[in-house]
Amino acid sequence: MDRRATFSNLWLAGALVAPQILLVIVFFYWPTVQALYWAFSTQPPFGGTNQWVGWQNFQQIFSDAVYWNSVQVSIVFAILSTALSIGMALLLALMIDRQLAGHKAYRFVYFWPYAIAAPAVGLAFRFIFAPDAGFVSAINQLAPNLWNPALKGWDAMLLIVIANSWKMMAYNFIFFLAALQSIPRGLIEAAAMDGSGVLRRARDIQIPLLAPTLFFLLVINITESFVDSFGIVDITTGGGPARATDLMVFKIYSDGFKGLDYSMAAAQSIVLMFLVIGLTFVQFRYIEKRVHYA
Amino acid sequence: MRDAGMIERAPLLNAVTHLLMIAGLLVAAFPIYVVFIASTHDLPTVNRVPMPLWPGDHLVQNYATVWNKSDFGAKMINSLIVALGVTIGKITLAALTAFSIVFFRYRARMLIFWAIFITLMLPLEVRIVPTYAVAADVAEPLRWLVWLFGFELGIAPINLLNTYTGLILPLVATATGTFLYRQFFLTIPDTLVEAARMDGAGPLRFFWEHLIPLSRNNMAALATIMFVYAWNQYLWPLLITTDARMATATMQLQKIVPGPLFGQPPVWNEAMAATLLVMMPPLLVVIFMQGAFVRGLVATDK
Repeated sequence: MDRRATFSNLWLAGALVAPQILLVIVFFYWPTVQALYWAFSTQPPFGGTNQWVGWQNFQQIFSDAVYWNSVQVSIVFAILSTALSIGMALLLALMIDRQLAGHKAYRFVYFWPYAIAAPAVGLAFRFIFAPDAGFVSAINQLAPNLWNPALKGWDAMLLIVIANSWKMMAYNFIFFLAALQSIPRGLIEAAAMDGSGVLRRARDIQIPLLAPTLFFLLVINITESFVDSFGIVDITTGGGPARATDLMVFKIYSDGFKGLDYSMAAAQSIVLMFLVIGLTFVQFRYIEKRVHYA
Repeated sequence: MRDAGMIERAPLLNAVTHLLMIAGLLVAAFPIYVVFIASTHDLPTVNRVPMPLWPGDHLVQNYATVWNKSDFGAKMINSLIVALGVTIGKITLAALTAFSIVFFRYRARMLIFWAIFITLMLPLEVRIVPTYAVAADVAEPLRWLVWLFGFELGIAPINLLNTYTGLILPLVATATGTFLYRQFFLTIPDTLVEAARMDGAGPLRFFWEHLIPLSRNNMAALATIMFVYAWNQYLWPLLITTDARMATATMQLQKIVPGPLFGQPPVWNEAMAATLLVMMPPLLVVIFMQGAFVRGLVATDK
């Protein structure tokens, strides 16, 4: 990032970055240090300063079946919604990229779901999939109580997976389409002249060239499902029934702000933080590779 | 015109493609359509299974009820203030920071670059509890900062709960925009800087007269994604606003429906009217600024 022509007024340079640095310290680094401190200490029941307890909070969460349940629920949610949203987005992007009549109109609408707030998505799907209203409950008229996300854990999980996938599908679609459009046209044409059909070209040229994008989206989708799913869960299932949709971020919120147990919430935050940092590192390694191949 | 340009006949495959594109259209648009339809019926109609798929005649009534019942207009204005505040704050800070680390030469700039870069790994959701504590007294980290430099300073507690500042600032303090601007500034040729200096322009004039006009596309891309991001915030406003007058439209959705498990079934027609109101502003931004939105998304997230 070195350039020859630069300015040399250091006071000005400092003043220009000062606001951002101040915000980053106050709202990122300070809370992170604070979370670490809380994770390794507990608050006495009757107030006063925190006492250092070492790894005790972590031992407590790791020996708690309710915590492992939330880990398991988060992983199931991550795998299902990532698979569903990436699969649908890839299929749609391949179809749109064939550029048949009307593809621009379709493409236009496929972006929309990503603009919508998670709780609004959640509420819309809660209505469509409600056990006693909407549409899906029609199956309950054939077989009573076949579908009820308010009582059945897997139904609730399916509901939040579908809602989240709907939103993320739009996001993944944007990236897949951008990647498909960056494949040189000549490559496709040459393959066509060699006599390979549309499906053959998709299988042997387009999908292999999409591999880096696919990998990037896998990481982003898993991270988002860990982090950004609060809005959907809070408004559709509230973590229930019987903790069947008690995602990690939702549990941090309920332990911290409903249970007011800051130390337990902080310890869980730290675990989630390490998960997200780990995933981000994986993603950076991918970026290195992509720059290399590009 | 990729396939159409090639003389290639695949009628069956084309039919399948059209079918899949239509299916995709239904998947993407149907939920939004249902929300709209449900918001135009009265309660008994909306609770019919399956719900009718054509609009009813209670549209005005439902929206008026929602609007008045929970003071929704004021909440929409709060959301707008927060979204615009985050968008403007973010663009300003990102441009200034990127300008400093790209066009000035000093040792700490790599340190600053990394300090901002690392924040990408710490989304708000994972440090939510301590960030809340900071918002409750934002002077606390400042006291520590001052203390580190060997001073003891009695700064009075500054409470950001239930304020616009508290709603906006933590969302402004992220790295995305800074990198978008940095990438763009790095493409500015040295000759432009030299020419500006030859004309006697100082750094601020160069920034204002050359960089800002040149980065208009960049600004539009960042503005659209930040507006959508900020409008759609849910967890943060839910935590730091207890005063109903400071509530945002998005978090108001939670107040409009009863808890998921027990209690009364939601009044679906009103709930869907509120959902549509919350959906519309960012959706309109994406519809009218599609190009900028897609560019911003692809550029910031890779």
